[in-house]
Amino acid sequence: MASRISTTMDAAAFVAPAGGGEPGTVGDIHASDPVITVRGGNVHYGETHALKNVSLDIGRNEVVALIGPSGCGKSTFIRCLNRMNDTIEGARVTGEFRLDGQDIYAPEMDVVMLRTRVGMVFQKPNPFAKSIYENVAYGPRIHGLARSRSELDDIVYGSLRRAGLLDEVKDRLDRPGTGLSGGQQQRLCIARAIAVNPEVILMDEPCSALDPIATARIEDLIDELSQNYAIAIVTHSMQQAARVSRRVAYFHLGMLVEVGATDKIFTNPSHRLTEDYVTGRFG
Amino acid sequence: MQFSTLLLILCGLVVASFVLARRRAIATAGGYKGIRSLHSLPAYYGYFAAMWAAGPALLLLLLWSAASDPIIMGRVVEVLPEPYRSIQGPELDLVLNDVRVLAAGRGSGTEQQQALQGTAAHYQSLQAASRSLLATLAIFLALAGGLYAYRRINPRLQARNHVERVIRAVLVGASTIAVFTTLGILLSVVFEAARFFSRVPFHEFLFGMEWSPQTAIRADQVGSSGAFGAVPLFTGTLLISGVAMLVAVPIGLMIAIYLCEYAAPRVRALVKPVLEILAGIPTVVYGYFAAITMAPLLRELGQALGLQVASESALGVGLVMGVMIIPFVSSLSDDVINAVPQSLRDGSLALGATASETIKRVVLPAALPGIVGGVLLAISRAIGETMIVVMAAGLSARMTANPLEAVTTVTVQIVTLLVGDQEFDSSKTLAAFALGLVLFLVTLLLNVVALVVVRRYREQYE
Repeated sequence: MASRISTTMDAAAFVAPAGGGEPGTVGDIHASDPVITVRGGNVHYGETHALKNVSLDIGRNEVVALIGPSGCGKSTFIRCLNRMNDTIEGARVTGEFRLDGQDIYAPEMDVVMLRTRVGMVFQKPNPFAKSIYENVAYGPRIHGLARSRSELDDIVYGSLRRAGLLDEVKDRLDRPGTGLSGGQQQRLCIARAIAVNPEVILMDEPCSALDPIATARIEDLIDELSQNYAIAIVTHSMQQAARVSRRVAYFHLGMLVEVGATDKIFTNPSHRLTEDYVTGRFG
Repeated sequence: MQFSTLLLILCGLVVASFVLARRRAIATAGGYKGIRSLHSLPAYYGYFAAMWAAGPALLLLLLWSAASDPIIMGRVVEVLPEPYRSIQGPELDLVLNDVRVLAAGRGSGTEQQQALQGTAAHYQSLQAASRSLLATLAIFLALAGGLYAYRRINPRLQARNHVERVIRAVLVGASTIAVFTTLGILLSVVFEAARFFSRVPFHEFLFGMEWSPQTAIRADQVGSSGAFGAVPLFTGTLLISGVAMLVAVPIGLMIAIYLCEYAAPRVRALVKPVLEILAGIPTVVYGYFAAITMAPLLRELGQALGLQVASESALGVGLVMGVMIIPFVSSLSDDVINAVPQSLRDGSLALGATASETIKRVVLPAALPGIVGGVLLAISRAIGETMIVVMAAGLSARMTANPLEAVTTVTVQIVTLLVGDQEFDSSKTLAAFALGLVLFLVTLLLNVVALVVVRRYREQYE
């Protein structure tokens, strides 16, 4: 109980860092070759201040894990990066969000184009009520990425292969995607996301609805995908964060408390809150 | 004793049973502190006793009121004065009716009533005896029932289970009333229709091309051949329903899409009640809107375009009926579109699909079975709709696919056949029941298919 009280007090002190100026994130928020750069990002849902002055880079070919207790703003953060918060009534986003230097929230930024470049995988697998093939072909079709049926076939098969699903489903591509197992559905959703060839893939707790074996497969897949994509993954599992990510960002009450290399965060965190969380004292 | 007094006394007994039984339950448990040793809460023991007090007595009242009058009348017939002794059948009913009138003190002093004075007095005394016997028996039953339950109270008595069983029986009874009413309606139509089909062959009715239900009264009458081929009615119904669905389905669907996917909450909060108002307008009002506003409008429009439009055209009726059905389609579609999980929309939007692509390619396909179910329900509504077509559609059975001509429908013909003085033994009147049977079966079929389709769709996402 005493530790919980002190935690809250720390967080309160954290809202207004001594000396004003820079937000008090501990660690290096920069990446060497950033795809995504966020500076002073804020999100309000109506009266709620869900994301408070967050700055973070996500580098090319890098997996960044976002961890923290429920309601700490990590999902809110990644939903800013492909503007999925636009679909939420009363959400207001301020601050600087850039993809390859372009302002994500600029009026001339087309949200449709943005989302083809920043793909997303959701917490619960959400295949469309279509065949497996059509699920993957959906994105390429609406964006006109394939000029012929054979090109489309190539994209679909390639995406399924990269998602590690092709061997399991190649005999039943015309069967509904909803008939697959949970883990297969989630890999189908990943295949669907990479079929439009994004630069960044956002994953919002992609394994929380899956069993350990399916989770292990997805984690292997994330590892492979990181050779071609920048990946931001929200997770509640610290083991998962440790296994798949190169860097870890710890969120607390809408603030980004600490960023650092994965092994440093888990073995030698600098901030008290981070230490409390990764050692399991709360969360 | 007055009937209302008896009811009041019974109510008092029931309440008393409740109070006493509840008190006894608490007492057997050794006061409020021992309540946990009772199987059920004390009030359940009260309800248990109250049910025993009320149930048998009410059952007796019900049976008595159904059976006592015929028995009493049987006794009255035996003491009728001489001239009336030998009367039978409907005439006897008239005489007995006079006895009743006299007994109620509303006699008008006709000769027959004078002669029946004595009988009426006898009838009155029998009634009084019956009433006091009933009162005695009912009060005795209530007392006995309450006492029986009271004696049975002990901590191990599963009063709650007894009470819940009775409540469940009452609920089951309520639902069977609906089922049996439907069955009764169906049977009454079936029997009359069977009488019709014994006069007019089945195939002639279903496949005959000519509808002219005037039957001859005299053998030498002209122009009343009596043809009962219902096909022109079916085609007329289909034509008008078709026009209605052409209006209702696209507009209703578009309203649903707009409300679910685009409308701001404030617009939604405004439009939905307005649609419900549209659904609440009595069909009579739609009827004269069709007859007085729509029909002349279409005729003038037709004249301007050089078209011949009948003043009772299927087009006008169908258009108005379509407007009537719009809220039906839109609210059913609204439900199924809302039932499509938000995660599917998110998934599509996150792939860079626009809102309209998401609706066309993800939401509508997922909602399609439900929408089809809703449309089927709407069709059955259109086919069975009566008031609009009675007021604004034609009477002559014409087989045509041209919506500018006047056609008639099954429901219009049923109304025309049954309105006014009718003999219930002519083919003309009985034809209405055959038409009703067809209508019933078709809408039943449509409803069943629609429900199956909707249910299958629901299972997909749960």
